[in-house]
Amino acid sequence: MRAAVLSGKGGTGKTFVAVNLAAAAGKSVYIDCDVEEPNGRVFFKPEGVNTETVYSLLPQFDAQCCTGCRKCVDFCHFNALAYIKNKPMIFQDVCHSCGGCLLVCPENAVSEIKRPVGIVEHGHSSGVQVVTGVLNVGEASAVPVIKAALEKGKELDDNTTVIDCPPGSSCSVMESVNEADYCVLVVESTAFGFHNFRMVYELVRLLGKPCGVVLNKKDVPYEPLESFCRENSLEILAEIPYSEKLAELAANGKIAAEHDEQAREIFVQLLNRIGGELE
Amino acid sequence: MKIAVPVDENKKDVCVSFGRAPLFLIYDCDTKGIEYKENPAASAQGGAGPKAAQFVADSNADVLITVRCGENAGEVLKAAEIKIYKAEGCSAEENIKLFEENKLAQLTQFHAGFHGHQ
Repeated sequence: MRAAVLSGKGGTGKTFVAVNLAAAAGKSVYIDCDVEEPNGRVFFKPEGVNTETVYSLLPQFDAQCCTGCRKCVDFCHFNALAYIKNKPMIFQDVCHSCGGCLLVCPENAVSEIKRPVGIVEHGHSSGVQVVTGVLNVGEASAVPVIKAALEKGKELDDNTTVIDCPPGSSCSVMESVNEADYCVLVVESTAFGFHNFRMVYELVRLLGKPCGVVLNKKDVPYEPLESFCRENSLEILAEIPYSEKLAELAANGKIAAEHDEQAREIFVQLLNRIGGELE
Repeated sequence: MKIAVPVDENKKDVCVSFGRAPLFLIYDCDTKGIEYKENPAASAQGGAGPKAAQFVADSNADVLITVRCGENAGEVLKAAEIKIYKAEGCSAEENIKLFEENKLAQLTQFHAGFHGHQ
């Protein structure tokens, strides 16, 4: 079972839920796809870490072979290419490395070079295999690193895989949930939390993923959110109370499910409800 | 010499966006002829700046008058040796007049792309 943990708003508790879910499973794979700020490793403190570089492909043009037919410029759906004064130009941040320009060039004037864009770390923490994608600072697209992290996770394939997604509902989130069997939507019971939650809910519906809700840091109910869940037959899988103790454990880099019996109970139940295996 | 100006659908006002302007006004200083061309980048999903800049370069413009311009589009225009001037808050035609009287300043600030988050 591959469960993706996501939330619209940052700071809602995706990493908290994902880390605890993987820890509660005992034997599992945890993949941190929040590659711009991967924090799962802060809790797991993985050992025996191996690092692999992730590359992205960037087209290069051979001016000698290029005849200026502009087939590549016309083909590029992302408009990453221009042809000015008999010279092709490429915009690295706009390019999606699709390789289309290379395919359509009749003169074989296009080749691709590998450009490092980040790394994937792999280590273990008790029974949890910890995979962490880390995007280089300043890179425009997180997708190649997310893809590589998910690929690495697949190699380690275990019965339970937990994918910690980036915040928001953009391309990087779509990539992260793409191959998940189930989506856990973490929501804060606030107007802001509810607003962004609806955006991710729309996304997972579009992708046809089964999903359920975890209310995190809940003290008083936020009625619009709860009636939205009722109206859309969205199951509330777990409620995590607003608790100073849990916050303190997290702030100290500790995994709540390993130090707090009540938290452990919540995550074991959550795991059961989404069909994960307990070892 | 030809001057390009991104304009709104009313063909009068200078469009605040360069890459996503619906039309370009192309003015020929020698023949005094005015042409309006649809901007093929107006509804591009991404890379509207470079695509619009390529279009302006292909229109053989020597000068662009615009409110603002992104970094990528700026690079294309620079490579095409098109001079970029900052539009004043009046109509496209008045801006062309100001340019011909040497009253427009060159655009020196290029913004990073908005990528749909204006």
